[in-house]
Amino acid sequence: MSNRFKSRYDDDINLFEGRWHLAQYAILMALLLAAPWLLGTYYLGELTAVLVWSLAGLGLMLISGHTGQVSLGHAAFMAIGAFTNLALMLRGWHFLPALLASAVTSGVIGAIISRPILRMSGIYLAIATLALSIIIEDVAIMAEPITGGVAGVFAPPIAMFGMEIDRYATPEAFYYLCLAVLVLVTLGYLNLLRSASGRSFLAVRDSEVSARALGVNVARAKTLSFSLSCAITGLAGALYAHLAQAVNYESFLVLISITLLLQIVIGGLGSVHGAFFGAIVVVLLPQLIAIASDYLDNTAGIQIAAYPGLDTALFALLILLMVIYEPRGLYGVWFKVRTWLQLFPLYRKGMFRRTRTYLKTERQR
Amino acid sequence: MSLLQVKDLSISFGGVKAVDGVSFTVEPGEVFTLVGPNGAGKSTIFNLISRLYEPGGGQILFDGQDITSLPAHKVAGLGIARTFQNIELFDHSSVLQNLLIGRHCRRNTRWFEELLFLPKVRRSEREHRLLVEEVIDFLDLAPYRDKLIAGLPYGVRKVVEIARALSSQPKLILLDEPASGLSVEETQNMAWWIEDMQKDLGLTVLMVEHDMSLVSRVSNRVLAVSEGRPLAMGSAADVQADPKVIEAYLGTEATS
Repeated sequence: MSNRFKSRYDDDINLFEGRWHLAQYAILMALLLAAPWLLGTYYLGELTAVLVWSLAGLGLMLISGHTGQVSLGHAAFMAIGAFTNLALMLRGWHFLPALLASAVTSGVIGAIISRPILRMSGIYLAIATLALSIIIEDVAIMAEPITGGVAGVFAPPIAMFGMEIDRYATPEAFYYLCLAVLVLVTLGYLNLLRSASGRSFLAVRDSEVSARALGVNVARAKTLSFSLSCAITGLAGALYAHLAQAVNYESFLVLISITLLLQIVIGGLGSVHGAFFGAIVVVLLPQLIAIASDYLDNTAGIQIAAYPGLDTALFALLILLMVIYEPRGLYGVWFKVRTWLQLFPLYRKGMFRRTRTYLKTERQR
Repeated sequence: MSLLQVKDLSISFGGVKAVDGVSFTVEPGEVFTLVGPNGAGKSTIFNLISRLYEPGGGQILFDGQDITSLPAHKVAGLGIARTFQNIELFDHSSVLQNLLIGRHCRRNTRWFEELLFLPKVRRSEREHRLLVEEVIDFLDLAPYRDKLIAGLPYGVRKVVEIARALSSQPKLILLDEPASGLSVEETQNMAWWIEDMQKDLGLTVLMVEHDMSLVSRVSNRVLAVSEGRPLAMGSAADVQADPKVIEAYLGTEATS
């Protein structure tokens, strides 16, 4: 059991709570850095996919998990990021500036769209953002000079540090590239959360009226959050384009937006961990099902593959169970397990029972 | 000069005149209380002063500055803080986080500096924390510092809301029914804190309250309102004895 005695304000300000906490993340980082030696090429590719979807999930987590504005349109910003990056690279830009341009373009477009869209809330906001997802499909077909129309565009290899980074030819290099982007974004995200802007996002999520009374410019906070969220998602889109090697209008369908939202709900809304946990589930669940189906086929002769849509059904079941039994998602499960270990043997069953919330009448939005 | 001047303030919702020509001034350092039956427009007056509602007419001057058309988020920075009748805390954050959000109007860092967590941001975080700790000391909230709001008892939440308002270093604090739902002892404590705010911090308090024992104990002046109109002004005892006020609460005697 660890009970740290705090002696300075910095103990609450620092990212890591003491040496043990830092050590845990150092070990995780070391494992991730060693992954190309630990995993085969195929699983390294899967891990890279987890990183890319974690990044996209982080983007959505900022606006939906931490600012409380649901978005069903984030695939659109993945698309903007992807097409911007590829179009610029095909015009001779270096990868890094093109990557930065993806983030900036998505962020700026997000900021412009956010003003009208974020006047809405709840189900209306969900519908408006869903419309974004649908519109982008048509835009991707029509904006042919940039997006390559129906055929789409192929990702050119990335030339960097005197080597060529390619998802298939040099999977380790591409993996490290994704890891570096993800780590930098996560650090920025955590920095934001521990300072005034991040707190204003949480304030807007929990009570707009008191946020306003405390001096938070609610419209500005929402715009900033949405815009940063879109920028992160744009980055993820650009990396996704290089992961998939080719993107067209079909790469960023509405389904991707919905999957992203489910990912952060399963992972745990309102926690940075949640975006990562969710990505692991979203990427690895189909793999698990495939492995299980092979296994059943070989041992018991049951052919699951004969029932199409099984993975979607399992996914749906998982979400239902999550929403009913653990609304805080996988992060909630992880948090409970961690507390159980820390407090052993003093953990009580009712520890995390949600207390009743008090009625909020006269609620001004 | 008066700290707050409300001149002929009015607002209507549809055909209902919720506030209809209310004027009063609050002097620096006093505790000024609004009383009145339910639906008299007391909370509406609060919402007008904190600019959550757009007044239909009239003028609000704070510290000599006209704030009648100021955006709501700029009010806190001028030095007006408030609490809400139904507690509007940030439920999924700790007490400390809530109080730090109270410092938002005094922030001096920009988002891109925060993204990189420059030394300047760390310095400013430390300063905010220091001031928040003073408020925690003042209101005895230390045992709850790291607790989530969602798990706190009602009485403590009331105090946390006041603490959050104090964190913004206001000149004027608006308390919307600070004692509603509190036990007798908690109401006692609330009275002490209001007195402390007035005497130790030199704050001006504008309060809406139904508990007349609390009102009589802490208020310097009381304004009774009914159906959006001012009825009587004076000391707590004077207002309670005013025939118009008694009529508003109890109705007129049946005349045969």
